[in-house]
Amino acid sequence: MTSTRQELLFLYSENSDLASPVRAWSRYSGAGTHHRSGDCDEAPYASVVAAMQDGWRVLQVSQLLPPLPGAELTATSFLKFEALLERFEES
Amino acid sequence: MGASEAVVGTPPLLSSIEMARFATDGYLRFDELVDPELSAAMLEAMLDPAFPPTLGPDPARGSGRPLADVLRGWPAVCEPIRQFAALPAVRGIVESLVGRGPVYDHHAVHVTAKGVRAADEWHADLVASRRKQFDIEILVFPADTPREMGGTMILPGSHFRHVSGAEIGRYQNFQGQLATVCRAGTVVVMHHALWHCAQPNGTDRTRYMFKLVLNPSGPQHLTWDTRDLDDPGVNEILQTTNHRWYGEELMLELVHRAELWKYLRGNDRDATYLLRRLDETDA
Repeated sequence: MTSTRQELLFLYSENSDLASPVRAWSRYSGAGTHHRSGDCDEAPYASVVAAMQDGWRVLQVSQLLPPLPGAELTATSFLKFEALLERFEES
Repeated sequence: MGASEAVVGTPPLLSSIEMARFATDGYLRFDELVDPELSAAMLEAMLDPAFPPTLGPDPARGSGRPLADVLRGWPAVCEPIRQFAALPAVRGIVESLVGRGPVYDHHAVHVTAKGVRAADEWHADLVASRRKQFDIEILVFPADTPREMGGTMILPGSHFRHVSGAEIGRYQNFQGQLATVCRAGTVVVMHHALWHCAQPNGTDRTRYMFKLVLNPSGPQHLTWDTRDLDDPGVNEILQTTNHRWYGEELMLELVHRAELWKYLRGNDRDATYLLRRLDETDA
């Protein structure tokens, strides 16, 4: 018997353009495949748009938020341009 | 006095080029710095039940005291560690980065059992300091570490990011991530805020790594061999290195980098010219 499980793909782009190059990525599987840090040196897709063309659905993209006043030149922490995508796989 | 305590003379210090690389990448790597005999002796010591346990910083165990004093108080089985700390190359690296009289913070023996398929989440050991001073983490790989054995993975240039611990655990892979695949005796020295994670060990051998964290004893100003301070290669490293995962945040990273270099130069001037332009006041 098969069932459908959700797959999540996080892609971090070079800038807010969803066609810009992917700089970081993560995958989370509800179907049992274990993804982890450092498991892949090559991005699964060149861009968010390329992932969409392969059937991934965009659930969310990060908001464009200005830095807090006074932190314009110091505010780096998390990756800014995150896109969350999903698809469903049989397991 | 043990042989390792007979330390005299000036050790070979890092160059300005090497320091610029550290400021830019957040780490330096020295392949096979420790000879095979001492590497093997260090590993044997780390496995000895008398070796000081991995417990994190604690003044009761020496944190905040001079490294030399702390190591002197360690049991006889730790003689290889004292010999390591007394190596001229190691003394030179340490003095260049945290000054003379480095302060002991803590140490750890990292053990990854054979066949462990899990990996650490990406994390930073300590948040980046707004005052720019930094600790160094000395990672010693006492045995050969091929990729299938894991090695500590690091993210070059991530040491200016203000994150805490494994807040970044959602991330799995970055352009430019670097697994430490190395021969025995290799040493990696990294900034305390560099993002890193242990990797799985798919071999039938246990992986070991010795980590020693040191604090500066004072301002980290011009503590290295500065004879090449005005080498054009220094500014080239500082101003043109673009780690691929930065994306459009490169400019902010250049600012952080310039600020760290200014601190290392003793806050005398902004050699990169970038900060002067940004700090310029209205006429």
